[in-house]
Amino acid sequence: MWLSRLLAGMMRVLVGAQPRWIGCKPSPALRIYYANHTSHFDALALWSALPNRLRATTRPVAAKDYWSTGLRAWVATNGFNALFIDRNADRSAGDPLAPLGEALQRGESLIIFPEGTRRAQALPSPFKSGLFHLATRFANAELVPVYLDNLYRSMPKGTFLPVPLTCSVRFGKPLERRAEEAKADFLERARAAIVELA
Amino acid sequence: MNVQEKFYWLMGGIAALLVVASLIGWILQVRAASRGGSATIDNLNARTRAWWVMVAVLAACFLLGQTATVLLFAIASVFALREFVTLTPTRPGDHMPLVACFYIMLPVQYWLIWYGWYGLFAVFLPVYGFLSLPVLMAMSGDTEGFLERVTKIQWGVLITVYCISYVPALLLLDLHGDAGRNLLLIIYLLLVVQISDVLQYVFGKLFGKHAIAPRVSPSKTVEGFIGGGLSAIGIGTALWRITPFTPLQACAMSTVIVVTGFLGGLSLSAAKRSLGAKDWGSMIEGHGGMLDRFDSVSFAAPVFFHLCRYYFTG
Repeated sequence: MWLSRLLAGMMRVLVGAQPRWIGCKPSPALRIYYANHTSHFDALALWSALPNRLRATTRPVAAKDYWSTGLRAWVATNGFNALFIDRNADRSAGDPLAPLGEALQRGESLIIFPEGTRRAQALPSPFKSGLFHLATRFANAELVPVYLDNLYRSMPKGTFLPVPLTCSVRFGKPLERRAEEAKADFLERARAAIVELA
Repeated sequence: MNVQEKFYWLMGGIAALLVVASLIGWILQVRAASRGGSATIDNLNARTRAWWVMVAVLAACFLLGQTATVLLFAIASVFALREFVTLTPTRPGDHMPLVACFYIMLPVQYWLIWYGWYGLFAVFLPVYGFLSLPVLMAMSGDTEGFLERVTKIQWGVLITVYCISYVPALLLLDLHGDAGRNLLLIIYLLLVVQISDVLQYVFGKLFGKHAIAPRVSPSKTVEGFIGGGLSAIGIGTALWRITPFTPLQACAMSTVIVVTGFLGGLSLSAAKRSLGAKDWGSMIEGHGGMLDRFDSVSFAAPVFFHLCRYYFTG
């Protein structure tokens, strides 16, 4: 779709969004790309770095409170096929990760940010447990660590215009699965895989 | 010969040169392939391929006219500034000054050229840009390393926007005659600078022994500078017909271009090293980044412009 191409093109000019396939190659296999989170452009940048044919079946998970109003909602829905997640959801109202599980079940790959919120720093903070639950439920999905370089400098928290920078999107080796691994160990190992790419 | 004919002859000549370079590269590659290939020759061929693209883009913009030419260099400035800022450590407090550089200063500078306002073009960034950057940074309230941070941004914007904008600014000069002569002057400047760079690289690879500044740029050698520089001056002199200069003046002008271009390459290499990088970027295959191609231009263009303006305009 034209809007998708336009968005991807804009990302190339503004922030470079150059893909570096370090630990794996682009593949239509079911994947969960998980990355460090430093700016509102992260999901869009990572998604733009994917080859055209993979973009159609890869859905960035975006925060509902930011992306689901007005023009942003139109861009997110029609432009980069975002999947909204409600970060402030009341647990009793059901599993906030349910839409993610449904998408994976349909065979759509996901882009998620396990830190849960943006941090203005080069290295990711400890992860929330969402990644662990998805990884356990979907043992067939490849978990691809992705490091987003420099984006936190392009658009720090609280700013509206991105400063053009050459940001790279580094794809690492899919995380190896270990049976019976404790949640905390898994999350720390997943985080370390991103740090290694930094 | 009128200006149009000169333009086509010049472009034909450059294309012929690239054909020769591509042929030599192809022969070298075939010969090297039997010995398992060579990284230097691969890089040489990548550079030649990139030259074809760069020459084609330039020629297309020149044919489209002045607006396209100004726009082309504005885009080159965006990429050069982007590379500079990427390598410079910045803090959140630098956001406003950087936004001002990209979204206000750069467009205004190139608009002034397009509009033909020489008086403001010459002082806009050195006066107003220079003074407003520390103000914007002070307003962010972050004083940590204030002077270093603001100086780096000022330096970056002056090199990548102000200095590079002097190339299309050659369109502003009144050279007594057809406006097309200004475009030829731009081609003359770029041709002498780049031929000098290329020949210094070639002479350096073939005969280079004594590094001029080994710690700054190991690839710059005395042999490369003398051989490449003299050949470039020879070419610059031989092209006097496309310029407003006499042969002797063309010789002097190309000497100025070659020397300032060399000094620009040297200074920007030092800047690059102090930022901890080997290349400014990776957008031009084989060459590195935009700024690796424009480093010598950014020093040669302002000096060339002001000499032309002082001696050759009415």
